This record gives sequence, structure tokens and C-alpha cells, in this order.
Amino acid sequence: MSWTSILVLAGGAYLFKALGLLVFGPALAGGGRSGTETETEPAIGWPLRLGQLLPPALLAALVVSQTVVTGTELVLDARLAGVLAGAVAVWRRAPFWLVLVIAAAVTAGIRAVGG
Amino acid sequence: MSPRPYLRDAYVRDAVVIGAATGVFGMAFGVLAATTGLTVPQTMAMSLLVFTGASQFAAVGVIGAGGGEPAALGSALLLAARNGFYGIALAQHLRSVLWRRVLGSQLIIDESTALSLAQEDSEDRPGAFWAGGLAVFFFWNLGTVVGAVGGDAIGDPEALGLDAAFPAGFIALAAPAFGHRRGVVAAAVGAAIAVAATPFVRPGLPILFAAAGALVALAVPESTGDGPAPSAPVAPGQDPA
Repeated sequence: MSWTSILVLAGGAYLFKALGLLVFGPALAGGGRSGTETETEPAIGWPLRLGQLLPPALLAALVVSQTVVTGTELVLDARLAGVLAGAVAVWRRAPFWLVLVIAAAVTAGIRAVGG
Repeated sequence: MSPRPYLRDAYVRDAVVIGAATGVFGMAFGVLAATTGLTVPQTMAMSLLVFTGASQFAAVGVIGAGGGEPAALGSALLLAARNGFYGIALAQHLRSVLWRRVLGSQLIIDESTALSLAQEDSEDRPGAFWAGGLAVFFFWNLGTVVGAVGGDAIGDPEALGLDAAFPAGFIALAAPAFGHRRGVVAAAVGAAIAVAATPFVRPGLPILFAAAGALVALAVPESTGDGPAPSAPVAPGQDPA
């Protein structure tokens, strides 16, 4: 891989992040940066509510993409069992580190036994 | 207005746990990049400057599979686009001076975003973002160096089941959103879109499309009680192909 490609990728990746945080995010949430200074939001506008609903939507997509997807195929393998075990741990209010350990251990165990 | 030290400890501890887990994948990236032919400085530059794991793996993976550099860049940049959505969602919480936000932009990734937005008290969200971002940045780059230099001495992170630990961790982080109906709908529709789109588009795009789940949830009436969540509408196949 060439240095040029690496730097283009680095610049592009940063651009996405900065555009969201520095440009589009403030424009959507603040109602315009040139507007009057308001310490307390008078009303939660739809952009703000959308901003609050984006994380569960994206996180859920990320979860399924990392659990039942390989490349562009749906694949059910040891990951699913581990993640389900982790989900049960979340439901039972297990601490965060234990959720990670349970999911990894179940998946690793199944792979060790079944390959 | 108490300082609430315990809560702060909680997210710092979570940040270190997440960071350490990503460090293992950083090692895997270092090993993969080295076997693909990247030099150690190139591999380190990827983790320092690109700093979004899925894109790094995609770029190196495409090269390793015999693809050209344009294809590698294309898939990596598509995967990186979701960080823009994360930036939008984070903007309302990160309101510090410009130079900090310019630096902080580099830390916008899955883990820092999830940890930040998972904080129920919005006052904790900036701190959790920085803790998560810096912890992952440190461990990810440390792991990359170790993997790039150490090579094949490292075990396979998949044999340890770590690839399942990440999504399980994301479920834990998203759990507070499941307390209200709109959050459940956003998550259910987002997941359904991601599954439906997966066979038809490049990796990374399904996660972008899933943002529509938030739009659907916006149309759902706000839950007044704590009644059972309605069964989520199943998203129709989003096949732009």
C-alpha cells in the first residue's frame, strides 16, 4: 500500500469525523451558530431528537453487522451464541467487564470444541 | 452540584476495559498489515492517522485479497463515513473550544461514541467521550506496534472470542436507550435494515442505511408509560442494487 493511499485515507477519515462534529452537528443542534446565545435549549427540536435516536439505530446495526455478518453474507456462527449470552448478562444487569468476558468465553469455548 | 466521583470512575473504568480489548485487535491489525506488505512506519501511520479500525482492516484486507488500491480506499472510506453520523450525534454534547474539538474529531469512533452517549447524565458525556477515545487511541496504537513488530507470536484474537465481545459490549452500552419506546424502535429498525441490506451492498453501507431507523422512530409517539414495547415494524428490504 502506498504512502499516498494511506494519507488519502487518513485525510478522508478525518474529514468525515470533523464534518459531523464541527459542521453538520452544530448546524443541526444549535439552530445556527450565528443565532442568539441561549444557555438552555428552549425546546428540543427534531434535529436534537434525531441526534438522540441515531445512536441506538447505528449501534444496533453495528451489533448485527459484527454478530451475524461476514463480508456481505449472513453467517450464523459461534459469535451469535456469545453475543446472546452477553445480551442475557446485560439483561441481568451484569457489570460491563463481565458482559465482555461472558461473550468472549462462550464464543471461544464453542470454537475450541466445534472449530 | 456534587462532584459525583463514583460515576466518573465508572466510565473511566469502562473506557479502560474497552481500550484494552481494542488493543488486542490492534495487534491483529499490526500482524495483518505486516503480512500484507506494509512497513512498520506505514502500519503505525494507519493506526495513528486513520484511526478507525474497521476501515483499516478493510483497506489492508482488500489489498491482501489482491484488490487494487482504489478498491481498498473506496471500501475503507465508505466504512469511515459512519463516523460523520457519530460526530453529528456528539456535537450537542461536545461544546468545548474549537481547538479541542478539532483534536477530538480524530477520536470519534464506534467505542468513544457509544461510551459517551450511553451516559444517562448528559454532563458525563464529554468526559466519557474523551476517556473512551483516548483509552482506545492509546491501546489501539500500542497493539498495532506490538503486532507489526512482534508478528506471528501473537495468538489469534478470534480464538479468544474477542470478536463477540465487541458487539456484546455495544449492547450493554445501548441498553439505556431501550428504556423508552422510540429507542427500541430505532434499534429494531436499524438492525432490520442492516440485515436486509447486507447481501446487496458493500460492507459498511448497511450501517449507514440503518440511520433511517432513527427517522422511523421519530414518527413513533413518545411513550408515556412503561408499557411493553410494540413489536417493531419490520423494515422492507432496502436494496438499492
